[in-house]
Amino acid sequence: MFRLEVRVSTPAWFNLALPLLAIAATLVLCSGLIALAGAGVIEAYGVMFTASLGDSYAITETMVRAAPMIFTGLAVAVAFRAKFWNIGAEGQLLAGAVASCFVGAIPMSGPLAMLLMAVAGAAAGAAVALAPATLRVKFKVDDVVSSLLLNSVIYYALMALIEGPWKDSFSGYPISPPIEDSANFPVLLEGTRLHLGVVVALLAAPLIWFLIVRTTLGFRIRVTGENPEAARYGGIHVERVLISTALLSGALAGLAGVGEVGGVHFQVMSDISPGYGYSGIVVAMLARLNPLGVVPAAIFLAAVMTGAEAMSRATGVPAFLSDVIQGTALLAMLVALLFTAYRIRRVGVAR
Amino acid sequence: MPALLIEMRGITKSFGAVKANEAVDLSVAPGEILGLLGENGAGKTTLMNVLFGAYAPDAGEILIQGQPVRISSSADALAAGIGMVHQHFHLAPRLTVLENLLIGISGRSGRIDRAGGLGRLAEIGRQHGLTLDPDLPVSALSVGEQQRLEIVKALFRGAKLLILDEPTAVLAPTEVDGLFSALRSMAAQGLGIIFISHKLNEVRALTHRCTVLRHGRVAGRVDDPANTTSAAMAQLMCGHEIVPPARGASTPGGAVLTLDGISTSRHSGTALRDVSLAVRAGEILGIAGVSGNGQRALAEVISGVRVPDAGQMTIAGQKVSRYSPREVQALGLGRIPEDRMTTGLVTNLPLADSMVLPRIGTAAFSSRGLLKPDAIRAFAEAQIKAYDIRCPGPMTRAGALSGGNLQKALLARELAFDPKVLIVSQPTRGLDIGAARFIHEKFLDMRAKGCGIIVIGEDLEELLVLCDRIAVMYEGRIAGTLDSADATVARLGLMMTGAEGHS
Repeated sequence: MFRLEVRVSTPAWFNLALPLLAIAATLVLCSGLIALAGAGVIEAYGVMFTASLGDSYAITETMVRAAPMIFTGLAVAVAFRAKFWNIGAEGQLLAGAVASCFVGAIPMSGPLAMLLMAVAGAAAGAAVALAPATLRVKFKVDDVVSSLLLNSVIYYALMALIEGPWKDSFSGYPISPPIEDSANFPVLLEGTRLHLGVVVALLAAPLIWFLIVRTTLGFRIRVTGENPEAARYGGIHVERVLISTALLSGALAGLAGVGEVGGVHFQVMSDISPGYGYSGIVVAMLARLNPLGVVPAAIFLAAVMTGAEAMSRATGVPAFLSDVIQGTALLAMLVALLFTAYRIRRVGVAR
Repeated sequence: MPALLIEMRGITKSFGAVKANEAVDLSVAPGEILGLLGENGAGKTTLMNVLFGAYAPDAGEILIQGQPVRISSSADALAAGIGMVHQHFHLAPRLTVLENLLIGISGRSGRIDRAGGLGRLAEIGRQHGLTLDPDLPVSALSVGEQQRLEIVKALFRGAKLLILDEPTAVLAPTEVDGLFSALRSMAAQGLGIIFISHKLNEVRALTHRCTVLRHGRVAGRVDDPANTTSAAMAQLMCGHEIVPPARGASTPGGAVLTLDGISTSRHSGTALRDVSLAVRAGEILGIAGVSGNGQRALAEVISGVRVPDAGQMTIAGQKVSRYSPREVQALGLGRIPEDRMTTGLVTNLPLADSMVLPRIGTAAFSSRGLLKPDAIRAFAEAQIKAYDIRCPGPMTRAGALSGGNLQKALLARELAFDPKVLIVSQPTRGLDIGAARFIHEKFLDMRAKGCGIIVIGEDLEELLVLCDRIAVMYEGRIAGTLDSADATVARLGLMMTGAEGHS
């Protein structure tokens, strides 16, 4: 017989072992679905791997996909550290995309345009995140619900824009006019889509790590998240910390949208984000809210997404498997987190 | 001699390298009240968790009425007739008393036997004087009543052995008498009771026999607690003699904390009504009173988390204007909170973080928004050493420390910055004799250095030992203030009920 027993302390290697365990469990669980779809499990995962990480081009494609999830993952990790439950990274990303696209369409010098796009996108994301945070601080409105529902509001506002006043007059499709060519983010490797925004995302992770671990704001975020009462008695202005966290989180999610506009799509359309904001939650959880862990976690999910399409073409397994893997990974990680607080003990039979 | 109700033989339980229990034997006969004594970390809680099925022992066996049993969950323990009243209650606050009793024991048909439940509740109430209104929600009960409900719950499920983990720590003196008479009545009917407490006078008054643990082993047994001195028992617990600290004479200086006509709105709990008091440098002022008479509001105002509606407060001669924790702290206030875990420390973060929390924005621990990790670590390490805080290091999760060590950590973090005034609530609640003694010594040291200390407490004997003057709070007012030379437990007790006004 087995039972759970409360742990007194959690070994440090768990931080690495748990996500790996969760990913392994996910792949095992999802292999049943692959078999059900009539494909070989090894073959399917093999195609997935080669198509996402097998050669340098595949790797650049995976990195391009990972970039927005690094930003949304950081956004969620920062917010969850303060126990500001920001489920709204998707809407903040879209807001960032719209704002940067507006700015990018204004003729000006390239570097200035890119800078202003980033500023505008971050500001738009922050503004969207400010709404649920203010509602929570002032009126105790549940931030999970308000930030989640705001995603739909932003999405349909975006649709209304590109179906209506902002519709591209050239193509006639429901897409926005493109940004100026000079505002397109430079490609770093000839023949790939690896753009400047990917590097910025990779640099953002250690910066956010530094902010959380080494600054007084980070200290206040951590303490507020773990025990707001002790924080308040300790002279921390809890409401102010929550608002700052929301602004930072929203800005990061907004930057995810900036990267997609400036580096990948160069305009805004309804499917500019295949749920990168929601994937950010999976990324942050897999990373155990550690900003440095966000990078490998985002690369893993990006590899699954890129790989799933190739796998679908090669084996006929629907590409939706990538969504299943994401969802299973989140659940597996939540189960794995149980082991940080409990351990399984075999109960011997008493003599 | 009746068969033993319960017997634990050779129980050993380790956590990593730490042996929490080593070859512990313990037994309770029907009708017997056994005192289980030991300092914090001596292994009392681990032993009871083994008995109640929360931990599996590494070695040893448990016998109930002579039969070996295996208890691997609290459900097993309940089925075996073991009931436990934890320090932190396990009740559903929004459900009524009766509903809480019936949780988990609906009949096989899935129906709830409300009438039967009411009958049993009334019967238990009559037998032991444990009356409760079945239809009140638990959130409306006082702490004492919630504890009563936990006891009734255990009896309701047919407990033959009742374990109480420091039950008196949360009770006012008058409530303790009621609890004791109920426990005696239960024992008279053949129930076995294990009573865990640090308060030796209570143990001596209530128990028939005691088992004393030290460092996870049985340090000794006391067969006749009523005729054994507290000092002898304390020596068994600590392994050495304990001498209470002597409060020497002091000449108080000027007032370092004054409250003048402070009143608060009835926001939560009892409001303050026109409270005026002064604490002088080098003086310890006690605030006595049955809990719920405004002590919390008083502590909140002084700590700067509640703005009074009327009145004025000064700290070290400076008028407090904004009533923020940062302001009062900057004026020289240190604070040891009543509830270490909720308003003092951050249990999930490293101990070092909790130790620098109130001063993280000062030049000692940060500059221009950047933390000074080395300074933080060095500060925590120095305090751990200076106060003999038992933990693996400054990066240990604060929640892993025992209550006594946490209290030392809080004390260290406040005293390191030489506060002019110290406000302390229930300074030794839940602490063992050694730790309590240490805390008292530190207060007396601070007093000698000219710090003004205000101690809010319910333990009158502690206040009498520690304080120069004692003010009694009753219904949000200061009912009177006595020099401790003139004060006795009886007189203070009378003032606490509002019977005598004095000033």
